[in-house]
Amino acid sequence: MKPKLAFSMTLAIPFRICTPQFISYKCKPLSVVPFQNIPGLKRRTFHKGSTSCSAKQMDQVSKVGKKRNGDLLRGKVFVVGDNIDTDQIIPAEYLTLVPSVPEEYEKLGSYALVGLPEKQYPIRFVEKDQLHTTYTIIVAGNNFGCGSSREHAPIALGAAGAVAVVAKSYARIFFRNCSATGELYPWESKEYLVNHFRTGEEAEIDFGRNVIRNLSSKKEFELEPLGDVLPVVDAGGLFEYARKSGMIPKQS
Amino acid sequence: MNTCQYILAFSNNTFVSGLFYSVKKPLRNQDILFGKRNGGSLLKNNRHAHGFSSSSVRIKGTNHSVFQPVTATVAPPKSHRHVSTSLSNSVQQPMTLTEKILSKAANRPYVKPGENIWVNVDVLMTHDVCGPGTIGIFKREFGENAKVWDPEKVVIIPDHYIFTADQRANRNVDILREFAREQNIKYFYDIKDRQNFLNNPDYKGVCHIALAQEGHTRPGEVLFGTDSHTCNAGAFGMFATGIGNTDAGFILGTGKLLIKVPATMKFVFHGDMPDYLLAKDLILQVIGDISVSGATYRTLEFSGDVIAQLSMEERQTLCNMAIEAGGKNAVIPCDRTTREYLKGKTQRSFEVFQTDSNAHFYSHREYITHHLEPVVAKPHSPDNRDLAKNCSSVKVDRVYIGSCTGGKTEDFIAAARILKDRQVKIPTFLVPATRQVYDDIYRLSIGGQTLAHIFEQAGCIGPAPPSCAACLGGPKDTFARINEPLVCVSTTNRNFPGRMGSKEGQVYLASPYTAAATALTGFVTDPRQVYDFDKQHRSAYSLVDSFV
Repeated sequence: MKPKLAFSMTLAIPFRICTPQFISYKCKPLSVVPFQNIPGLKRRTFHKGSTSCSAKQMDQVSKVGKKRNGDLLRGKVFVVGDNIDTDQIIPAEYLTLVPSVPEEYEKLGSYALVGLPEKQYPIRFVEKDQLHTTYTIIVAGNNFGCGSSREHAPIALGAAGAVAVVAKSYARIFFRNCSATGELYPWESKEYLVNHFRTGEEAEIDFGRNVIRNLSSKKEFELEPLGDVLPVVDAGGLFEYARKSGMIPKQS
Repeated sequence: MNTCQYILAFSNNTFVSGLFYSVKKPLRNQDILFGKRNGGSLLKNNRHAHGFSSSSVRIKGTNHSVFQPVTATVAPPKSHRHVSTSLSNSVQQPMTLTEKILSKAANRPYVKPGENIWVNVDVLMTHDVCGPGTIGIFKREFGENAKVWDPEKVVIIPDHYIFTADQRANRNVDILREFAREQNIKYFYDIKDRQNFLNNPDYKGVCHIALAQEGHTRPGEVLFGTDSHTCNAGAFGMFATGIGNTDAGFILGTGKLLIKVPATMKFVFHGDMPDYLLAKDLILQVIGDISVSGATYRTLEFSGDVIAQLSMEERQTLCNMAIEAGGKNAVIPCDRTTREYLKGKTQRSFEVFQTDSNAHFYSHREYITHHLEPVVAKPHSPDNRDLAKNCSSVKVDRVYIGSCTGGKTEDFIAAARILKDRQVKIPTFLVPATRQVYDDIYRLSIGGQTLAHIFEQAGCIGPAPPSCAACLGGPKDTFARINEPLVCVSTTNRNFPGRMGSKEGQVYLASPYTAAATALTGFVTDPRQVYDFDKQHRSAYSLVDSFV
């Protein structure tokens, strides 16, 4: 008996976004290069039928390599609990966005932590219809970033505007991806801090003294030193670090 | 020097060796914990690293009950042969199986947990979700015209978002095709005709199962994949783990990666495997015991008589969910079963390693397998374990049988065994992991009836074209995606909020027997309630009619 498809598929309305790469790909399937980091390339306008979108550069949308200015990082705190997995950080349906494409990188940021259930987290990390978050620091419990190996997770958080996570412990792949991408400073707290901060409070991380201070309660908490991860995130990720420290040649 | 050579020189720098430093866990003495008798969950705050049992356990063969956590520091029991076939292994320094594989890959006679080492990569796998990002990084860092380190060691398998109208998802497969063409990638399992997947001669389906079925998983080798369930391949006595795009981009250019050697946690399954249990029950038991972070940064090594009798597909199910305990990798030593499976799938020779009898382990846990019972992981965590029979009042809206974890041929044989000549009460979605599994569903039969016919008569929906489908939700038009607050019993691997789509969805993880039993009643159901299992364990292939 010849196998046959035993069901029919209903197709939803295609998800359209104004992505120059996508549009140009449809027009020129053979010669298009879907990635924007081509030296000298500034703007592109596109063919009939599409709204004319100008292509963005990665350094317009990303702060990787420029995440901090000096030893004090001050900003609002967003508090989450234990076992925040990658599906809550960036639900799988958004993984069609390719992080190395600037417009899609930005869009990833807009979906950061959208997977958190509303009942437990009525205050959202990124407000509806916004591209960025107002929270600089995420305070978390144990096993932050568990689940998938998707780099989209730390990238979405960084693209949204988070700079540091202060968690009691991390999942392995997520921790590794934070430094590889240079998107987040993955601080480990010595104590469990979830009950010592409230979402919306201001805090300050002192990179010189390895502490985080709650500016409302005035309490200070010790952090494990970032060690060799610090210069890698400062530089902008694994490859940038290798170039800045003279280990591999700079791109011409 | 070109970029690749600079990176290799850079790799010996001491800055880099500390790069992926993270939480330091000290090596522990041997802790021996006897298997739990029932599926009760542990006290939450005792979970980390130790997993003490706080309920009474019965030691096999005696009437003696122990009411306190049992830990003993003893020499490890003498298990099976420990012949190392690697000449490079120094006799004075015992190593576990994982340590031996990594020492060979790093060209060192000896490695120990905690060390950061550079390993040569045998296979790099990527798919449609992470491939484009990985390719972007590779081109950005190594140059627009750079070539991958070895086009025969890169395996590109589109599988996640395939049967969808989402144009970005479709574009991502196009990006993979373009890259495979430009780089002369030997193994690219392409799909072009989405309306009829049978028209695509190369398309395989779910990456982890395709890797195994196509002979890319060979004992003694090192495999990295841009997917957390890459640990699935540890079933073949190899080192396999998931990585992000940046690490994968690095491997594409250099063929190497810097990793930290994990400590090994030993799990031994003694006794007899009951006919009503599957490997999924065993791994859910383990995760429930040690928690979702109980194995972070460590290896889960499975051994014991029960493991030795498992088929390769069952071994994969066991290793597949190591990541759900935070594990870095899982491993089961290569034996005759492994060799039999690989016959005809790969021509290449491979090296078989065994753990040394006096190797050091982080922890040692033993299970008396016939004391275990069918379990589920309740919403919303893979470690939220309970006995299936304790959840019999939970009303279920649908059942999903699919994914790398629970959508292989034997998983469907198991489901068909329960569903034969019966009717499901709730929508039951079937997604074979690969083309081969799909074909098996139409080819294999029980009692003269093909699995496909059994499923059709039972009222199931599917089998759908093979892919990851709704295991991780996906684009809104994905087959079987949960788009409303529904309760689903599924043979997949995660049940965090929103995993299969809607954040209000509630996913219970279960074995194919439990999932099929649930389909028959509409409530979470221990399979023993609806099926008369044998006294002896029946392997999947003993259940199907023989075929030529």
